[in-house]
Amino acid sequence: MAEPSLKASVPSAKAAVAEATAVLATEQLLSMYRKMVLIRRVEESLLDLAGSGKIGGAMHTAIGHEGAAVGMAAALRPQDYLTCTYRGHHHSLARGMDPRRAICEVLGKAPGFAKGKGGSMHFLDPSLGLMGANGIVGAQVPHAAGMALAAKIRGDDRVAITFFGEGALYQGLMHETFNMAQKWKLPVIFYCENNRYSEMTPISRTSSVAEIHLFARAYGMESVQIDGNNVEVVYETVARAAARARAGEGPTFIEGVTYRLAGHMANDLETYRSAEEIDMQRSYEPLTQLQQTLLGRGVAADLLAQLRAEVEQEVQSAVEFALEAPWPDVAEAYTDVYKV
Amino acid sequence: MRKTTFIQAINEALREEMQRDERVFLIGEDIGHYGGLFRVTRNLLDEFGERRVIDTPISEQGFMGMAVGAAMAGLRPIVELMYMDFYLVCADQIFNQAAKMHYMTGGLLNVPMVIRGQQGGGKGYGSQHSSSVESTFAQFPGIKVVAPSTPYDAKGLLVSAIRDENPVLFLEHKMLYFTRGELPDAEVDYTVPIGKSEVKRAGKDLTLATFGYTLLQALEAAEELQAEQGIDLEIVDLRSITPLDMEGVLTSVARTGRLLAVHESQSNAGIGAEIVARTYEEAPYLLKAPARRLGMAPASLPVSKPLEEELLPWKRNIKAAVLEMMK
Repeated sequence: MAEPSLKASVPSAKAAVAEATAVLATEQLLSMYRKMVLIRRVEESLLDLAGSGKIGGAMHTAIGHEGAAVGMAAALRPQDYLTCTYRGHHHSLARGMDPRRAICEVLGKAPGFAKGKGGSMHFLDPSLGLMGANGIVGAQVPHAAGMALAAKIRGDDRVAITFFGEGALYQGLMHETFNMAQKWKLPVIFYCENNRYSEMTPISRTSSVAEIHLFARAYGMESVQIDGNNVEVVYETVARAAARARAGEGPTFIEGVTYRLAGHMANDLETYRSAEEIDMQRSYEPLTQLQQTLLGRGVAADLLAQLRAEVEQEVQSAVEFALEAPWPDVAEAYTDVYKV
Repeated sequence: MRKTTFIQAINEALREEMQRDERVFLIGEDIGHYGGLFRVTRNLLDEFGERRVIDTPISEQGFMGMAVGAAMAGLRPIVELMYMDFYLVCADQIFNQAAKMHYMTGGLLNVPMVIRGQQGGGKGYGSQHSSSVESTFAQFPGIKVVAPSTPYDAKGLLVSAIRDENPVLFLEHKMLYFTRGELPDAEVDYTVPIGKSEVKRAGKDLTLATFGYTLLQALEAAEELQAEQGIDLEIVDLRSITPLDMEGVLTSVARTGRLLAVHESQSNAGIGAEIVARTYEEAPYLLKAPARRLGMAPASLPVSKPLEEELLPWKRNIKAAVLEMMK
């Protein structure tokens, strides 16, 4: 079988949404750029902390995936439900989670959003519509469909979006969920962040179908393949999917092609790909793309540097806050088993 | 008060809670138009419509996961598993998701859902449609487990389960469905608390702790043992497996000095072993004779009637165990 295409941009899909890519004002793109830099720097800082042995367990960063999260956050309403895979720091940060509480949670510190009980794989904040990242591949996908079902039962106009990797497509419950969501026209968006590796195994060795957005077509579901590294394309595609969902037209499957620039998890040996492959992807990655767009619109390079410096300070102070934060009281080990 | 069947009691609890609370909805296989394979949900579609009585495809992982999501979003799903054996098909959604959600989110989310359906042997359904699952579920903190033995308890416990903020497994033994018992009039709002046992037969010689259908078998065994041997059993209906009412068990053992725990799930590492172990840990001085458990022998249930009866911890096996303990 041929190796997967390493090209991140997907011309056909881009064409499908091309007419709308200029809708975002420069001001908004700048705020998206700032968010993407924030995500990138939080993730890099977490990798540093993992490298120095301060983080236990498995931690999966989304370096290179920022486009999906930031484009989505701009396209949806704050009360719209979101669930995601354990590679889910970026979705939460994009929706407004405080980086201090995020880093504390990964370190298992008391000010973490879940008091240090959930950690890296269980990012959430229901007040921001963040209904949970999940440690089991694909398990969060029916949850989002269930939240969409809840919206339908209640008769409100919330939509649900769920993020998963292409590796999740080979779990049986995906088939079950796609079928029911389409049959019942649920207001849910299935966003597949196709980074072309299921953990350490390339898609060429896992998938019977080369173009994975075609899976959804089997259910009669609206399905589109896009450049997931282009934040404007993501924004437009998610906004359209949400409008369809709110209009009662049912689910949309979005394959956002992307690339994971860091390892599957912290301390991944990355024996499965070459340095050249990763380097080649750097010119397509979301931050590079958006930076080019902004410079092309006449934004001064100094302004971008200033934004980066602001973010740097914010992230460093968040890391310091987390390192100095207290551990949870040991009594917390016994709380929250049941809700009373 | 009036007499109803066990099925009718459950059906009433579902209907009344759906009338009372708009967040309650039903989801499962053949529960709507057909009314449930065992007719437990009959007529509910007519009253509440397809929005709240949802027939699913045969997709246990998918609809269990969607129920978990709907509960996280504030609704109160009641999921029917057609046969409890099918929990294994969707075990991740039950154990890794529903049961752990409140804990791993530091209390930010909870999953107020009921998983209900029938279990147990006695009808010749064979290995994959006769399992009793309570002991496996007892291994998982975060989910409550209840198993009524009478129509009164079935309705009262189901109402409690639906109003609970946590996932609750509600076990209906298939042999109980057409049993009849007293039920308060429909307009009487009553509940049976989760986690409270009840003495269903007072006696002085031996405490038999059980629940669900084996409780009826134990009551019959008790009458025969009384008549034939003059042995006077006290029968404690646990009603809840999680949380387990050890106080109720030990209060009874304090009166009798003997304990036999009976259930249809496996004897090996089962809930009976837990009850016996906790009795030795917490109050060994109460015992006049070694405490014992009687569960399923290490086999799955066969179809053939004599083989099935050989394995089930029903009247004959209960009487044999009691006689041995009373030697």
